[in-house]
Amino acid sequence: MTEFQRHEYDVVVIGAGGAGLRAAIAAREAGKRTAVICKSLFGKAHTVMAEGGIAASMGNVNARDNWEVHFRDTMRGGKFLNHYRMAELHAKEAPQRVWELETYGALFDRTKDGKISQRNFGGHEYPRLAHVGDRTGLELIRTLQQKIVSLQQDDGGDGKLRVFAECTITELLRDESGRISGAFGYYRENGNFVLFRAPAIVLATGGIGKSFKVTSNSWEYTGDGHALAMRAGSTLLNMEFVQFHPTGMVWPPSVKGILVTESVRGDGGVLRNSDGKRFMFNYVPDVFRKSYAETEDEADRWYTDPDHNKRPPELLPRDEVARAINSEIKAGRGSPHGGVFLDVSTRLPAAEILKRLPSMHHQFKELADVDITKEPMEIGPTCHYVMGGVEVDPDSAAANRVPGLFAAGEVAGGMHGSNRLGGNSLSDLLVFGRRAGVGAADYVAQLGGNYPVVHADQIESATASALAPFNASGGENPYAVHAELQQSMNDLVGLIRTADEMSEALKRLDELKVRVAKVSVEGDRQFNPGWHLALDLRNMLLVSECVARAALLREESRGGHTRDDYPTMQPEWRKKNLICSLADGGAVDVVEQPMTPMRGDLIGLFDRDELAKYMTDDELPAPAEESA
Amino acid sequence: MSYDAHFRVWRGDADKGDLQDFTVEVNEGEVVLDIIHRLQATQAGDLAVRWNCKAGKCGSCSAEVNGRPRLMCMTRMSTFAQDETITVTPMRTFPVIKDLVTDVSFNYTKAREVPAFAPPAGVAPGEYRMQQVDVERSQEFRKCIECFLCQNTCHVVRDHDDNKEAFAGPRFLMRVAELDMHPLDALDRQKQAQEEFGLGFCNITKCCTEVCPEHIKITDNALIPMKERVVDRKYDPLVWLGNKIPRRSS
Repeated sequence: MTEFQRHEYDVVVIGAGGAGLRAAIAAREAGKRTAVICKSLFGKAHTVMAEGGIAASMGNVNARDNWEVHFRDTMRGGKFLNHYRMAELHAKEAPQRVWELETYGALFDRTKDGKISQRNFGGHEYPRLAHVGDRTGLELIRTLQQKIVSLQQDDGGDGKLRVFAECTITELLRDESGRISGAFGYYRENGNFVLFRAPAIVLATGGIGKSFKVTSNSWEYTGDGHALAMRAGSTLLNMEFVQFHPTGMVWPPSVKGILVTESVRGDGGVLRNSDGKRFMFNYVPDVFRKSYAETEDEADRWYTDPDHNKRPPELLPRDEVARAINSEIKAGRGSPHGGVFLDVSTRLPAAEILKRLPSMHHQFKELADVDITKEPMEIGPTCHYVMGGVEVDPDSAAANRVPGLFAAGEVAGGMHGSNRLGGNSLSDLLVFGRRAGVGAADYVAQLGGNYPVVHADQIESATASALAPFNASGGENPYAVHAELQQSMNDLVGLIRTADEMSEALKRLDELKVRVAKVSVEGDRQFNPGWHLALDLRNMLLVSECVARAALLREESRGGHTRDDYPTMQPEWRKKNLICSLADGGAVDVVEQPMTPMRGDLIGLFDRDELAKYMTDDELPAPAEESA
Repeated sequence: MSYDAHFRVWRGDADKGDLQDFTVEVNEGEVVLDIIHRLQATQAGDLAVRWNCKAGKCGSCSAEVNGRPRLMCMTRMSTFAQDETITVTPMRTFPVIKDLVTDVSFNYTKAREVPAFAPPAGVAPGEYRMQQVDVERSQEFRKCIECFLCQNTCHVVRDHDDNKEAFAGPRFLMRVAELDMHPLDALDRQKQAQEEFGLGFCNITKCCTEVCPEHIKITDNALIPMKERVVDRKYDPLVWLGNKIPRRSS
């Protein structure tokens, strides 16, 4: 049998971004021996890419803000498909989670009275995003990283809380009764295998963007947690909802997809087509008509007098803006490199742009020779985030069907419904990262030291599976197969979808399945990116199939799922979640599952008129109740 | 627009290695990391390289391009002549693992040695009050993406492996300075900087500042002010230099 290293922990957290680190802090503070597994070096997780801020209704800039307003905005942004309980917990707990970061040493930008400053963002009624210029994600990851170090210093070493860097998990292990017993993986550095025996695992692996060609996501985003959960017998919820961020770079080709923060619009930037027209005024959907300005004058006044003017339509939720940009490009009103113009240069003084958007200035200057203080940027939609994910219990983050499995952050589903608001990701990581850590610790405590057992044959089969690409000589190059997968998903299951294209995508995915099983890699196990990609490809393929199958079934357009053949939102569909699971033999099974109805006190936070735009008649509260 | 470039990439491991020659396609707008990825995809599937964001935000793809420490994702091919040979080697100060990937654990060890932020006693979460002007000094240092190019470049450790024990390097001396300038940190950092992290080794040649992809003024804004505060004012010529550098008035 191939050799492997063995470790024992109470809680193993897979993923070292915001959710994973916050979960690890919570598990360690609950007294559990905790391991954090990071696919990259410690501190490099995709969270560093987050730019705009952390949404939390602290009310520092506009005192009218509170958790109820934040809850309403989140539900509207998600077109009411969110799990209401997650949106509720998130809105209520986000401020505490942000304030806590200050006790770890975070340094947010300040208001004049010394509080944490908050900025405007799409879909948020009041300035709500705690931020540090446009590098908030870096501040978050570094702060949590330094808190982990601080806990290790308190422990006098890493005996109780240890980070395993550049380590990839390939399989979750379960005992006969289906409970989690551990995780198996390899170290990138030397290709050696490692077993973590643990009764509780928190998945915090992030998203799936690397299945798409144009994406803001890094190489790590290969849907590992989604695929691990499915293979362990858990379920994925609403995988058809993929967020295409409206503003990714479009030129030069090598940077296509890299994110341009929504803060550009939050701070005054506007979208224009090739005719120089602010086209977003033509794309305000009925459900949002009441809250958005109808003229440029009003929109411009809003920045200084938000109490008496309506918001600029550039700050609609991301799905609306992305579709509008796509329509303008298709209508032939795009920019020279196939995007539209995002201009802040005529909106703010150069010094102010440099202060508020330093990393955007740097990014465009260095990568595209564009000075954003002097000229507009060219931007277009880019695959950014998956709303779908592991089906979890909102309070404990426990994954469906698999005792001992937990999930938090992007890998978990439900919180954001059909579309996530900007800024709600970082807060999601903190709120549900902590809850997952606590949930895992509570679960472990209940076991009373009686931990599930890992069997030798499980290790052998996981080892064989991981080594397969070395044995398949003469197979295809994993890089080439990956490029084809990305192209197919981009072309056929992208921003705008049709039944024909998705059926074609499923056919191609079937063919790719055969080819992925046969890819072969050169070289040995020591830091071999070709091998790593060959293993990641299996996850990307499985997750892509979930996205395509669910998207084909959902015959309506809502949030991050737009069907050209079913262009409107259907209240009947709002009552349904689509649940993916892995059937015997490896096929993806998708079934409809009724949505848990929203609690009465939360329904009461909305006008009946607004609810009527989303809900069927039998779901609506009786008209008399409303006036009560 | 496309052309074929001549690349020399160091390939090997801790035991042995050498520069290998490649001819590889380059397209408009590409950066060195794009070319390394093209080599992986088409000519050397097991070529080891670290990268994550490809946008200068994560600090993973540090290497030496034509001898200069750089992020590969922020090094545009248009800065080189088309007939120029481009040599890519791993960071020299850290032990090689494989190809362009080095063992940077030295940095993580040093990070664990710097005492964490010490929250002020009696201030509850949510009650922290700080002025923007006061947080900005430490915020500059928190822009650090931990690419470790400064650590790689600093000659105190680049040319003298023995110093690694006693010297934390610019990145972590800057971390000490960051905490020292944090408006609410409750520890005395200045003695630590000198006695435990080897601030005295630094002779302000500013090499670290020059290679910082975030353009943080490591020497001027972090290290010199720290030195100023810890050394005996009467005997240190740096005090004179330090006084030339603007400081916060309060």
